[in-house]
Amino acid sequence: MSGLALKQFGTPLLDPFDLSLAPGECVTLSGPSGSGKSRLLRAIADLDPHQGEAWCDGTRQQALSAPVWRRRVALLPAESAWWSERVGDHFEQLDADTLDLLKLPADAADWQVTRLSSGERQRLALLRVLSIEPDVLLLDEPTANLDHTNIERVETLIARWRKEQGTAVFWVSHDPAQRQRVSERSLRIESRRLVSEWD
Amino acid sequence: MGLISLTPWDLTLAALLVLALAMLSLKLSLGIGRRLLIATLRTVVQLSLLGLVLKFLFVQSHPLLIAALALFMLMVAGYEVMARQQRRFIGVWGMGVGTLSMFISSFSVTLIALTVIIQAQPWYSVQYTIPLLGMLLGNTMSGIAIALDNLTLNAWQQQREIEGRLMLGHTWEQAIREIRRSALRSGLIPIINAMAAAGVVSLPGMMTGQILAGSPPFEAAKYQILIMLLIASGTGFGASAAVWIGSRRLFDERERLRLDRLKSSKR
Repeated sequence: MSGLALKQFGTPLLDPFDLSLAPGECVTLSGPSGSGKSRLLRAIADLDPHQGEAWCDGTRQQALSAPVWRRRVALLPAESAWWSERVGDHFEQLDADTLDLLKLPADAADWQVTRLSSGERQRLALLRVLSIEPDVLLLDEPTANLDHTNIERVETLIARWRKEQGTAVFWVSHDPAQRQRVSERSLRIESRRLVSEWD
Repeated sequence: MGLISLTPWDLTLAALLVLALAMLSLKLSLGIGRRLLIATLRTVVQLSLLGLVLKFLFVQSHPLLIAALALFMLMVAGYEVMARQQRRFIGVWGMGVGTLSMFISSFSVTLIALTVIIQAQPWYSVQYTIPLLGMLLGNTMSGIAIALDNLTLNAWQQQREIEGRLMLGHTWEQAIREIRRSALRSGLIPIINAMAAAGVVSLPGMMTGQILAGSPPFEAAKYQILIMLLIASGTGFGASAAVWIGSRRLFDERERLRLDRLKSSKR
């Protein structure tokens, strides 16, 4: 049993590999731009065709319908998408307590999406993906547009989620210091292969 | 009151007007003269041929011959729908989506009109079949072409929004719902406008033709009403079918958005 298991998993930019993440574990991923980090996360969320197999808590990807898989193995993309006018319309439910997790004001649910700053977008997108309560969280540069205080808040929130909900996290990060802070294991993409960053 | 037959000279006079327009285009370098002349030539040749074919079919009214002509018209309409797409499906789907939708809607609506409403004897008689089918195909063709174009173009432009919803566990139908709705609406607007303006602003082509041919105006009006209603339903059902099949084709069995199934066509 594990949070996420990949067997002979491959994408057009990455040779097949095996990887598993225990529940509550956080593994970070880095690599040159264009090396296929985002493509890998998309493939794990089953948004792109890929080789090999994936399991979430012992259940095969193919055994679940795609929407159910994506709720359990949820991807937070580098650029979040907003399709309605009002922030709250993008959430199944959004209360003041949830917003307070990232120090967003209680009336943020009524904000207009077009008036959000990039930092607000990023924080709201994180709350949105957490609200579907995934077992595995795939994060693509979740703190790229945030200031120091908010980076700390996001890191604390994710650490709490790992501990309390047992969420496994696969985290793409460009910042070596952040990788040291948030994970025990860090991988790098080097010439189409996944290698350990540190021992 | 009979029909005044047109002489070749009458048509030549009208053609001279188009020729004058082409000269104007050349003078102002609008760059449209060539296309105008080709389209004019096509109209003359195609309609003359249709007249001859129908003349032949009126004498030799074999159901198989009528079916063959209907099929030919469907294929040409299917090709036209494909040619009007800025982003079309690759492979057989490029022509398939539009052709299938037109087949479902135009043919079934024509069939209902012939057998239940008009009740011609025999029901497949050329005088009714081909004109009715032609009117329906011509109009559903525009509606379907607009709806499909709108669907694929919006899906292309809103890739991030669609995939953002898929990532949150929405089904493909939830993720494409608004795009689908707007595609269908855009396909239906022309016929709704045409119905609203009929008889007040515009005198529809078929009614004009019947009146010119000497039919009592009220009879002509009744036929025009019938045709408008048939066109509206044919376009509506055809565009719905096209949008449904097209949007399904944009996703694969794992509900992934597959924009690689579209290609841009140069016009």
